[in-house]
Amino acid sequence: MNLRLLAKKSLKSRRPTALLTIFSIAMSVALLLGVEKVRVNAQSSFANTISGTDLIVGARSGSIQLLLYSVFRIGDATNNISFKSYQDIAQQKGVKWTIPISLGDSHRGFRVMGTSRDYFSVYQYGEKRTLEFAFGKQFEGVFDAVIGSEVANALNYAIGDKVIVSHGTGSASFAQHKDKPFIISGILKHTGTPVDRTLHVSLAGIEAMHVNWQGAVKKRKASKALTEANLQPESITAFLVGLDSKIASFKMQRYINEYKSEPLLAIFPGIALHELWNLMSVAEKALLIISMFVVLAALTGMLAVSLAGLNERRREVAILRSVGASHWHIMGLLITETVLLTIAGILLGLALLYLGIALAQPIIEKNYGLFIPVTAPNIRELGMVCVLLIASFIVGLVPAYRAYKNSLADGMSIRS
Amino acid sequence: MIESVSKSTIIGLKEVDFAWHAKANLTIKSGNLCVEEHEHVFIRGASGSGKSTLLNIIGGIVTPQRGQVEIVGRDFCQLKELQRDRLRADHIGFIFQQFNLIPYLSILENVTLPCRFSKLRRANAIERSGSVVEEAVYLLSRLYSKGRLSFNRTTSELSVGQQQRVAAARALIGQPQLIIADEPTSSLDYDAREAFMALLFDEIKLSGSTLLYVSHDPTHQHLFDSVVDMSVINPHHELAL
Repeated sequence: MNLRLLAKKSLKSRRPTALLTIFSIAMSVALLLGVEKVRVNAQSSFANTISGTDLIVGARSGSIQLLLYSVFRIGDATNNISFKSYQDIAQQKGVKWTIPISLGDSHRGFRVMGTSRDYFSVYQYGEKRTLEFAFGKQFEGVFDAVIGSEVANALNYAIGDKVIVSHGTGSASFAQHKDKPFIISGILKHTGTPVDRTLHVSLAGIEAMHVNWQGAVKKRKASKALTEANLQPESITAFLVGLDSKIASFKMQRYINEYKSEPLLAIFPGIALHELWNLMSVAEKALLIISMFVVLAALTGMLAVSLAGLNERRREVAILRSVGASHWHIMGLLITETVLLTIAGILLGLALLYLGIALAQPIIEKNYGLFIPVTAPNIRELGMVCVLLIASFIVGLVPAYRAYKNSLADGMSIRS
Repeated sequence: MIESVSKSTIIGLKEVDFAWHAKANLTIKSGNLCVEEHEHVFIRGASGSGKSTLLNIIGGIVTPQRGQVEIVGRDFCQLKELQRDRLRADHIGFIFQQFNLIPYLSILENVTLPCRFSKLRRANAIERSGSVVEEAVYLLSRLYSKGRLSFNRTTSELSVGQQQRVAAARALIGQPQLIIADEPTSSLDYDAREAFMALLFDEIKLSGSTLLYVSHDPTHQHLFDSVVDMSVINPHHELAL
């Protein structure tokens, strides 16, 4: 006996309610899998913010704080570290490369970062990708600046434009380094990391801005000429370290953490990223739980519709019994209907999800720097779909059991 | 009516007690009925006399608390529920008073429905006409001699008289041994009733099936081999309210 055919025909005869049920399941499936996709991609994009760096070193504070200001440009360092210590560690055996980071200024809401030229060849993100230039080249002169793609897009900057850096990190600052404008020498390609939102200058450039300044106030008298030679910084905010061998990283971390002349902190970026993600995972889990409840609501809706229609179907059940259907057939019919509705809902939900991703992909990437690829459902997502199917089977048992009880009471006596 | 259960007995009920619930009154008490093969039996009874219950027992939908039920030579009380379901599918065709058809199936699908549940009836239909659908079309075209009907239509547009003919075709398909008709003409007007009865008898005679016809209306009882009153089948009936 082909129950599927009967179930299909029966559902078709109740098209409006069936379609609404399918749609509500589809929406819940799209939401659930959408949240899962965003979560997974946000996590991987987050973990891809920095790669190839063995240690991040800053003044002694917390590892997450150091990660936030050095990599994500969020918050500020409580303390700087001396350039002497930086040079000392950079010359240690086993150190392959170092990139100094000097923060504290901004340009119209975007952070300004002083660094070395090595940054453009050594810094890596994602799967060991280095920075690439969309236009222009890295900074050469003291007042050259390289901007990230988002800065260029948001402020509509091109090579050769002049930018004035503000003292401090607020978006509206009254202390501006108007006397020393920078000229854009290069624009980086999009990376999907905080690099896109950064304006890079040389360490000498950072120093030059602050020559003739006392703290946040500009001095009246202008003085000496600015050359790179006399613009050696006294301190920097943090630095990134690449080692010859990963095995040496624990030894190097201990060496830095026990550094005699000043209190320093060295962290493993991967571990700190993981810690930070765990902090945010509460919100992520909440989102997932909410979408699970939406799925539950959709299933409950389907159950309500199914139960409500059951009384009208007593006659149908009696006819089927009279032509030889067993109780199992009747129960099977009702369960098949529920499962068919759910399968249709899942398929429509997947279609909605992928259509949604395809449409929203450029917008999300532009606004949030998050790229969500159109990929086939992964094991976890397929698992969710399977759980939903099993749940629909269980939900289908309820009207099936009710129909069984009704049919026991009715027999074939069809009352109009 | 023959009291002894012989080889050619199609329905044999002996001292049957049945109540729908454990605490309810007995709807059938000491029920007895015997119907021979090819017999056409008219069972007459007022509503509430236990007719529907009797048909549920004969159809194997319910099992009596006491007594013996033998249908097409099988002891129903010894069979499991699924076996009774199969026996019903294979050997019994039902025609009810009204609302006989599944609304979401076409006329043809309604007629062929028993063949989905019974391999035996499917095999019979194929043997006679080559395919289940052809057998259904054959039965339908006999019942609709003026045949202007597309059998792929839904049943919702049919008049009650037309619906009853479709129901008769469904009961007859695959030549079950026993046709049970439960007041099949009570929703029809006089002309349709006469036409339906004539058609039904023609088809039953052709197929050689046994007919059990239940009605409160004695109009057609002269067409039958025997007439049994429910008060004979169910003499100690306690009127269930």
